This record gives sequence, C-alpha cells and structure tokens, in this order.
Amino acid sequence: MLDLNCKDSVILNQWHPLSSLEEINKGVVHKTRLLDASISYGIDDEGTLSTWLSNDHLKAGQPYNAAAITDPLPVKHAHGYLWTCLGEPPETLFSFSEFYESDRRNVPTGVFGVHVSAGRAVENFLDMGHFPFVHTGILGEEPHTEVKEYDVEVSETRDEVVATQCQFYQPQAALASKEGAMVDYIYRVPHVNCALLYKSSPTDESRNDVIYLFLQPMGQEQIRAHTGMCVVDDMNSHEDIRYFQQTIFGQDKPILENQYPKRLPLDPRAETPIRADKTAIAFRRWLSRKGLTYGVIPVEA
Amino acid sequence: MKLYDYELSGNCYKIRLFLSILNKSFETQTVDFYPGQEHKSPPMLALNPLGQLPIIEDEGKVLRDAQAILTYLAAKYDETGEWYPLQDPDRLGEVAQWLAFADGITGTASAARLHDGLFYDLDVEAARAGAHRLFRILDEHLWFAEQAGQSWICSGNHPTIADIACFPYVILSEEGGISRQDYPAIRRWCDRVKRIKGFIGMSGVFPTSAAA
Ligand SMILES: N[C@@H](CCC(=O)N[C@@H](CS)C(=O)NCC(=O)O)C(=O)O
Ligand SMILES: [Fe+2]
Repeated sequence: MLDLNCKDSVILNQWHPLSSLEEINKGVVHKTRLLDASISYGIDDEGTLSTWLSNDHLKAGQPYNAAAITDPLPVKHAHGYLWTCLGEPPETLFSFSEFYESDRRNVPTGVFGVHVSAGRAVENFLDMGHFPFVHTGILGEEPHTEVKEYDVEVSETRDEVVATQCQFYQPQAALASKEGAMVDYIYRVPHVNCALLYKSSPTDESRNDVIYLFLQPMGQEQIRAHTGMCVVDDMNSHEDIRYFQQTIFGQDKPILENQYPKRLPLDPRAETPIRADKTAIAFRRWLSRKGLTYGVIPVEA
Repeated sequence: MKLYDYELSGNCYKIRLFLSILNKSFETQTVDFYPGQEHKSPPMLALNPLGQLPIIEDEGKVLRDAQAILTYLAAKYDETGEWYPLQDPDRLGEVAQWLAFADGITGTASAARLHDGLFYDLDVEAARAGAHRLFRILDEHLWFAEQAGQSWICSGNHPTIADIACFPYVILSEEGGISRQDYPAIRRWCDRVKRIKGFIGMSGVFPTSAAA
C-alpha cells in the first residue's frame, strides 16, 4: 500500500481522470494533484503513458522517459483521458459507447480548477432547476422554470444512477440550435465523480449529444473538472463548441464555489428538498451505500 | 470595430462592458486562449507582441492593453465626456492613477485566479497577498469617498473608466481564493457598478448580486 493522506478505500479504489490525452505534451513530465497527493505523468512519442507519485528525480517540465519510472501507478487510457488509481484499480471503467462512434466530434472543452467537493459539482451538473437563473438565455429562461416530473433509478446491472424522461425548455440548447425548444435529457452517474448527460442533438433528432464532467478530486474541497462534449455537429468548429461549453462552465463556477458546506452532506435531512431534488437524493444515497467518506459529510450513525 | 476576445478573460470583459455602456456595436473574434494558447500564436503576436488579450482593431488602428483601449474608446466615443474627463486635469490624473492600479489588480488577483482555475504555474500565495494589499487600499479609499458623499473611485459624480478597469478582477477574486469579506466598501461599490446603465455580466459575474 502507498503511504497517502487519503485513507478512504472507496475513493482510493477508483480510476481517476488526470488529463485529456489530447492535451498532454509528449516527452515532458507533468504534475498534478489527486486525493491530496502529488502525481506526475507523461507520454512519449510511442504513446507509452505512465503515472507515478511525484519525486525529486523527475520534476515537472523535465524530459519524460518511461524506462526511468521505477514505481509506476496503474494507468488506463479510455474515453479520451488518462486515468490512474491510488488503490486497487477496478477491472473496468464505465461504458461510454458514443465516444467511439466514428462520426462523433469529441471535443475536450477544458479542465478547470474549482474550490468545491466533487460531489457538489456532480450535483450541480444533475440539476436542471438552475438553468434559467444561471445560464439565462442559453440553457433556460424565465418564465420557463418548471422542472417536469422525471424518473430516477439506480441501475442494478451497471451500478449507476440514471435519470430519464427529463425535459426542459431551452432557448439555445446547443451551439447548433436555431431556436428555443423543449429538450429531452438523460443523466448518468456511472462513477462517484463522473457524470454524463445525453440531450437530443439539434442536427439529428434521432441521436443524442453527450456532455460529460469527469472530476479529479485534488483534495476534499478542490477539484479539477474535466469537461467535454461528444456531439453530432458538422457545422461548428472545435473552437466554437469549446467556447460555448466554457461560457456555460464559467457561469457555474461562482455557484459551485459559494456552496456551503463545500462537502456534500449525505444525510437526506441535511438540506431542504429544493436543493436536494430526486436525482440528488438518489445520488447521495448511492454514495452513502458505497460508504464514501472523502469529500462528503457522511450520515451520522 | 473588432475585439479579439476570450469570454473568461476579465481584461476582455472590461472592453465588452464599456462598449455595452456606451451602447456601441462591435464584432468579436474569439481567441482560443485556453487551452489553445492562441494568443501566443504568430498571427496574434503580430498584433500584440506581448501575447496578451485584449486587442482591438478600429478604423485601421490596432491597440492593446485594456486600460489603453478604455482610454481610447472613451476619448473617441463617449459623447458625454464623463468617462474620461479630458478637460479636468485633477480628475484626469486620478483616472490615470487608478488605471495603473487596475493593472496591479490584474497582476495579483487575476494571477491567483489563473493559478486556481486554469493551473498556471506561479506563486499563488504571493499573488493573493498582493491582491489583499491592493484591496485594502481600494477599500479604504472607497470608504473615505463614501464619507465625502462620493460613489466612484475618482472624484466627481460620475463613474470613470477607472471604475470599469478595476471592477472585473475584484468581482472575480473569489475564483482565485481571495475573499472580499473584509472589504465592505468594495462590496458596496461593486453593487453600484452593477447598477450602471448598460451594465452586462460575463461568465462568473452575475448582473445582480443574487449569487453572492
Ligand atoms: N496590461 C494588460 C494585461 C492583459 C492580460 O494580462 N491579459 C491576459 C488575458 S486576461 C493575457 O492575455 N495573458 C496572457 C499573458 O499574459 O501571457 C491589459 O490590461 O490588457
Ligand atoms: Fe450549470
């Protein structure tokens, strides 16, 4: 076992995202934080990836040589990201089949540091109620503030929280939208720190655009939020799609950073029902059952 | 007029905000600042060798630096003459003084925000300490101004481009871990700025203080 500050095996035994593969400069050492530990990573010209607990021999910015890494951590290369694990790595990572469809545009839209716990950020992502007030004129607009009844379940086969039949009026659901429309949403939380949303694509009604949020807990109250889109859109440039998503995320940031407490309370009685809607309640229960303690306020026994 | 723009940049926001207040239309060209670093690309360096935003192009003139651009826009397009009081040497000097101060806020509060939000490699503790030092000075200044019945950074009854230049990185400071809790006069001034006719927000800045 590694000597780490974080002792929560639930969070240690997960794959955690460190960087979009697209963004890793080849041949140099990069450094970041994960679960209060300093982690280094690199990729060489052959595509060999490694991650390791940072040490003084291989500092950030120095040349990366895979052969020089004596204590590598587990790595996974999936869904466009580099993932690592500081405990027992699970055999598989959640599925994300759309990512691998040949006509998809996969656009990592940036990684942002946010002073909040991962759980709070996931919950904000799942909450449609804030659209008209925070993303005014884009993802929502008064007086269309109603969140219609929808379904939530914890899928037994896949161990994930799924919300379906969600509907919301959106003035500009995506960059490719020409007018306001009722938009259908599906949310998935297939990983304690990752969430995906599926919404009908403005260019092809039969398919869904996917927006994802993969969170890297740097500490209990600080995250790196990896955001991205996987869309059916042959009109807009990579940069325009990215810019649209960054505008949205920039609007969420002060909301996230003003959450109090910064950690997610798992006790269903801890917060008023407005803030803890159906999906949030299911998500908190699911985390509770897993026994998560990192970045949350566990239910008192 | 064209603004080379990036939504999350507070310095670009200074220009968008002021043009909105002046009710002057303009086009924008989005620069892939993050993560693309497009502002460091050869075509952008040809426009601004410092590799920074904002930059404007207006009737063939290319201008960089938010404070310089505000000065130019006010002198050229503000028909009231209030935002940059050319005829009043005392107030003009004050405006220049606080425009320089605004760049100091960029060097500290904005740096801390870039560190925390976009992972820039810099001494964040020094940046935060520097920002608190400037905020303390601004807060005291605004407190005395209020005591004298004045609402804005420079003397007189009308806001100036100094208010526009100082506002963005003050209001975004929490993204860099800099609380405004100890600066009540700054908080009241922020609310007044938000009530200026033509005020617009940006991602991270809400038109009213509802989110705070
Ligand atoms: N003094 C300049 C500072 C501008 C500045 O720092 N711009 C940032 C964006 S908000 C930038 O381009 N930074 C890149 C760099 O400094 O390398 C101004 O006020 O315009
Ligand atoms: Fe949001």
